[in-house]
Amino acid sequence: MNRLLSLLGSLLLTNALHAAELSYNQDIRPILSDNCFYCHGFDPKNRKADLRLDTFEGATANGAIVPGHLSKSEAWNRILSDDPEEVMPPPKSHKKLTSAQKDVLRRWIEGGAKYEPHWAFVPIRRAVPPSVSLADWPMNPIDPFVLARLEREGIAPSPAASKETLLRRVTLDLTGLPPTLRELDAFLSDSSPNAYEAAVDRLLASPHYGEHMALPWLDAARYADTNGYQVDRDREMWPWRDWVIQAFNQNQPFDQFTIEQLAGDLLPNPTLSQRIATGFNRNHMINEEGGIIPEEFLAEYAADRVETTAAVWLGQTFNCCRCHDHKYDPFTQRDFYSLKAFFHNVPEQGAGNRAAKPNASAPPVLKLPVPELDSKKSTLESDLAQLQASRQQILSQPSPGFSSWIQNLRSETVPWERLHFQTVENHGLPTELAEGAVKTGIQVGDDFWSFSAITAPTHGPITAIRLVGEPDGEDATFRIHRFDVTAIHGETQTPLKLRPAEFETSLPIKVIQPLLKTGNRAPHPLRLKSGKRESLVFRLDTPLEAKDLATKLRITVGTRANTGWVRWHVEATSQDPAQLVSTSIFTLAKKPEENRTIHEQKLLKDAYEATLPELRGIDEKILATTQQIEELDLQYPASMVMEEMASPRDTFILVRGAYDKPGEKVFPATPAILPPMPAQFPKNRLGLAEWLVSPEHPLTARVTVNRLWQQFFGSGLVKTSEDFGAQGEAPSHPELLDWLASEFIRTGWDVKQMVRLIVTSATYRQTSHIPTAIGSKDPENRLLARGPRFRLTAETLRDQALALSGLLVPRIGGPPVRPYHPEGIYETLAPTSADTVKRYIQDHGEALYRRTLYTYWKRSIPHPAMLAFGTPFRETCTLQRPRSNTPLQALNLMNDVTYLEASRFLAQRMMTEGGSTVDERLKYGFRMVLSRHPSPTQLAILRAAFDRNLASYKRDPAGASALLANGDRPSDPTLDRQDLAALTTLASTLLCMDETLSKN
Amino acid sequence: MNRVDRKTFLIRATHGLGGIALATLLQPHARAVPPSRETRGLHFPPKAKRILWLTQSGAPSQLDLFDPKPALSPLFNQDLPPSVRGEQRLTGMTAGQKRFPIAPSLFRFSPHGQCGMSLSELLPHTAKWADELCLIRSMHTEAINHDPAMTLLQTGHQIGGRPSFGAWVSYGLGSENDNLPTFVALVSTPSGNVNSQPLHERMWGAGFLPARHQGVRFTPTKDPVLYLNNPPGISRTLRRHQLDDLAKLNALTLSEYHDPETRNRIDQFEMAFRMQAAVPELADLSNEPARTFDAYGPESRKPGTYAANCLMARRLAERGVRFIQLYHRGWDQHGNLPRDIRSQCYDTDQPTAALLAELKERGLLEDTLVIWGGEFGRTTYSQGTLTQDNYGRDHHPRCFSIWMAGAGIQKGHVHGETDDFSYNIVRDPVHIHDLNATALHLLGIEHTRLTHRFQGRDYRLTDVHGEIVKGVLA
Repeated sequence: MNRLLSLLGSLLLTNALHAAELSYNQDIRPILSDNCFYCHGFDPKNRKADLRLDTFEGATANGAIVPGHLSKSEAWNRILSDDPEEVMPPPKSHKKLTSAQKDVLRRWIEGGAKYEPHWAFVPIRRAVPPSVSLADWPMNPIDPFVLARLEREGIAPSPAASKETLLRRVTLDLTGLPPTLRELDAFLSDSSPNAYEAAVDRLLASPHYGEHMALPWLDAARYADTNGYQVDRDREMWPWRDWVIQAFNQNQPFDQFTIEQLAGDLLPNPTLSQRIATGFNRNHMINEEGGIIPEEFLAEYAADRVETTAAVWLGQTFNCCRCHDHKYDPFTQRDFYSLKAFFHNVPEQGAGNRAAKPNASAPPVLKLPVPELDSKKSTLESDLAQLQASRQQILSQPSPGFSSWIQNLRSETVPWERLHFQTVENHGLPTELAEGAVKTGIQVGDDFWSFSAITAPTHGPITAIRLVGEPDGEDATFRIHRFDVTAIHGETQTPLKLRPAEFETSLPIKVIQPLLKTGNRAPHPLRLKSGKRESLVFRLDTPLEAKDLATKLRITVGTRANTGWVRWHVEATSQDPAQLVSTSIFTLAKKPEENRTIHEQKLLKDAYEATLPELRGIDEKILATTQQIEELDLQYPASMVMEEMASPRDTFILVRGAYDKPGEKVFPATPAILPPMPAQFPKNRLGLAEWLVSPEHPLTARVTVNRLWQQFFGSGLVKTSEDFGAQGEAPSHPELLDWLASEFIRTGWDVKQMVRLIVTSATYRQTSHIPTAIGSKDPENRLLARGPRFRLTAETLRDQALALSGLLVPRIGGPPVRPYHPEGIYETLAPTSADTVKRYIQDHGEALYRRTLYTYWKRSIPHPAMLAFGTPFRETCTLQRPRSNTPLQALNLMNDVTYLEASRFLAQRMMTEGGSTVDERLKYGFRMVLSRHPSPTQLAILRAAFDRNLASYKRDPAGASALLANGDRPSDPTLDRQDLAALTTLASTLLCMDETLSKN
Repeated sequence: MNRVDRKTFLIRATHGLGGIALATLLQPHARAVPPSRETRGLHFPPKAKRILWLTQSGAPSQLDLFDPKPALSPLFNQDLPPSVRGEQRLTGMTAGQKRFPIAPSLFRFSPHGQCGMSLSELLPHTAKWADELCLIRSMHTEAINHDPAMTLLQTGHQIGGRPSFGAWVSYGLGSENDNLPTFVALVSTPSGNVNSQPLHERMWGAGFLPARHQGVRFTPTKDPVLYLNNPPGISRTLRRHQLDDLAKLNALTLSEYHDPETRNRIDQFEMAFRMQAAVPELADLSNEPARTFDAYGPESRKPGTYAANCLMARRLAERGVRFIQLYHRGWDQHGNLPRDIRSQCYDTDQPTAALLAELKERGLLEDTLVIWGGEFGRTTYSQGTLTQDNYGRDHHPRCFSIWMAGAGIQKGHVHGETDDFSYNIVRDPVHIHDLNATALHLLGIEHTRLTHRFQGRDYRLTDVHGEIVKGVLA
């Protein structure tokens, strides 16, 4: 069907109908590419019979094609053959030439088999807009190109759409929101010849323009709020998203827009904003699954950057040449890896860091300044300085205690006594009790597991406790996040106040301290080597006295994601708190003072200070303040950015794309078939970006204006906007495409000006009614004999409803929000054990009514209402969304609380603003939604429906109340409930109308 | 829809495929298309009308369920010979292990049925159906981590973005039921306290195919399909009236714009209305007799369990749903395998057997292809400490087992063989692509011809691979 369609398409769109001269690009290449190039194309490894048909030389060298001589051309004879061994394409390929295609090939060979370079790779040629008969139709240079084509086909353009339709169309197109009645009335009453242009300029200046323009760019850039892959934990990238909105609003020229996103960090003295922009190429997924091989994913991330950059700027499917030379287009595997060399030098890790906070998990990360936090931080820092000063002051006092403390350090070591566990309770963690120790094992999952064990000490007082772990067999990694001890005395349970100690312990205090905090979520890995013990020591603030020893102790250890098995036990000591020091200190104390080095003397002094009760308070404060500063640091919004490593990684061609099969080494270079990068450009991302936007580049401008065209007309001039290669479709209006591309460059890559040009063309302003005769001939509107009409996107549909209801909170930017969402989805699909969001926690208040672009985007579980309307998952670059109609969309529009609440508030506006009679209210609502008055028939349908539903709610007032209870925000209590309910159902009908769901 | 409209619709709404996707293309009017029409354009006479895929997410251990290796017992705690291990890459979870001690299965295998298929004592109920099963012991894949492996199993490619199997089938064959989705997914959470891998919505996604081919997930909540129920305050009568109003208004739009999409939209709202009736009827198990629940086991009375979903799967199959995919999570047994696999088998064994029995009883097994399996296998050596009664197993892509039953499948048959360690395949390897090619073949589709043009390339479920596994066909 597809091939049939493209054939229909090319018959329709090319000169073939007119039996004019055949064009290789338009008529021949699509046939050859689809049917022959796979085996007789660019990729030498795949080439059969050493024959290539993608060049004149190849095709004519051995008589496959003899220009002008059909019967001498072996290729032609093979095409005609009915021998299954001979015929081309071979039956095995499932390809078959139609008789129309054969006819085109026949005429082409007879006419001399002229080849042309692929249209997308030749320089952009600015044609003079053609002359047309309907000379007063064109409104700007776009129109003659379109009209000339229509006149060739003998089709007349459609009349201009009504002002109402046009204003709704262009307002939705430029801002993603419907026009307000005030805007509509102002436009209708403006009879000046430039009224429409003025409206367009107003819309281009709206801050909502940037939000709407950002949407396709976010799809292209695979922007999301989570990392993707299995764990799919949150990430922080919204500052990049806000950068995009601002860039569109400020009308940043597209060349600058390109340079900053690909290489902002490499500009001289890059600004904060330029560095944030580079997040474009950090938007790819990052894998945090346990057990992955980092090299595999480093290769994956860099490949994603290559493929995304090639798709967005070059319109090329580079994913094909990751494993082999391209089958259809002149790109080699070397080209792929030479491009990769530009993107392979980020100081990043292959495996994500699950233990880190979402805003710091994947360096390089840029922290953004927040004045509020800055001032808090400086207060804390000065507190810290003061504390340290007072500590210093205490220490500077003569301390007679020091020498007597040394004198008293008599013992050799701290005597520890083992406490036997009597019972153990596990919370998700496999455990068993063995010889008074707890053996606990592997828990690869990522949840916060724990075990609690009970012991009953027999001696006292207890001044310190230590937790000792040793691997049971193989090496193990135990990721600990919690430790606490509770004294149980009859019914009374008292958590003991513990302080991490600095002696006989395996981890620094700074690391142990957080384990004592309730709710700590940052596990620390303890790497336990086979045959070695690791211990954590805690002092008791108040020793547990002997008399309390009817007490039992419950010791809880929390963990996450372990490998291997570990045996845990606890020990206690009664050592005088002043003598809780490490063995090395005991040894040092014995050494005569004159024999101690300065360093040793300092070690002794530090150990002494750690035992001083008078420093205890201040040390705790210092630790607490330090932690507050660290926590504050994590509150700064952050965005992942690109940076270059001091010495770049080597890049190799990967054999068949396998990360562990490096072949030949390559260096940064642009694809060989395209104009070379000037020598003076740096061989880095900056040079690459400058090369992409150099005026000679044949692709960037074409690809970009084509996507802009697609945004407004639903389909690009090149329909395959993601593929400008041989397998893509040739442009329907090649001269127009080139003219627009050259105009884009000429105006300094001015995006707003290009958008303005498109939406002020007569072509855009046509009505979108499908004249039945043309409809069947050009169902996809490729000839542009009418205006665009298609269903609004998921985002625009919701935004429209919020705007019409008056609920919309139009604030721009900021962290993602979590509007209404069906229950139970995360619970069913999210991992039971990974440290990732397992429940969707819906926001309340304003966050429910923000524009949909700010909705939290979880890659594994995107918002179901969005998925229903065909949004991508944002796992990889998407340049076109498929449009489709499904019953799930209907269910969503009818039953989602989002639309029910919007209907309720639209109804409320109809009641409070629309007038006092039912008809006035219905007319008002209809006009708000569709920017036009209802016809008498439409009004009659609505009126009858209202009367019927009102009667129904009068019979069932509870039903009315139930309907009005949908959604968080209460309705105006002064309004009649049954009227409001009936009108709410009508508002819902208005919001579900095909005309409302469509741009008309 | 008049002739012109339908033709326009065909061209506009699809990027179809040669000849066979007619039913899908005409889906909004599937009622008008007799079922025989669907099969007319198929590449082969179909054996199966539908697929029921019982996906065991997390990767069940072939060594403890399907692939007996009695010769391993004396090798308890001995190192797996490096020559067996070869160059197989290991996950980061066991790559650091100094030893790879062989962990023979704790579970006894014995022959079952006429065919004498050897199955583990963990599967007493499934084992009764041995004579209906075709067990493939020689499955293999490339991926070693869950997400890429599941994505490959579902879409034929490790990286997300391609349509899942069910979406391809919806695209290729369309629906047999006008009131229910073509492709339904049901996800269950295990009853035991085991580690459950996440599932992404894209597992049943349509990829680059139109969204209407995406799997629709049925949940045990008050809305079995998202947004299914009318909200409080909107009765079914009121909804019917509203849809009539909407149809009238949209008909006016259609006569004004002549846009076939408007017609399509009217149809989709109508189908939504029909679903509102059909789905609750489907999900309502209150008329199922007690013996049915007894057959599926105690868990079947709890909504959302694998057992309840198996019962639901039978109801879906009865109603002509084309592709039914169950997902049961919790098979990722890196440690405590003996305990956790028992719990998983408690969840799945009896319900699976009951489902086979019910399909058979109703004659549905004749034209339903049932597939049971996970995304890869598990290692013969223990992850972590090996004891006499406890061990764990890491991910293993080189061999694993799945079984098929039903339409067109050779019954009571074992296909393929692994080495003495269940580490390498020694006979008849079957890649996931081969499995998919075979399943499509049974549906009457030549896998190389079910294609969709995207980004300049004709994509298909089997990528550029796939051989039909003749040995499993009846």
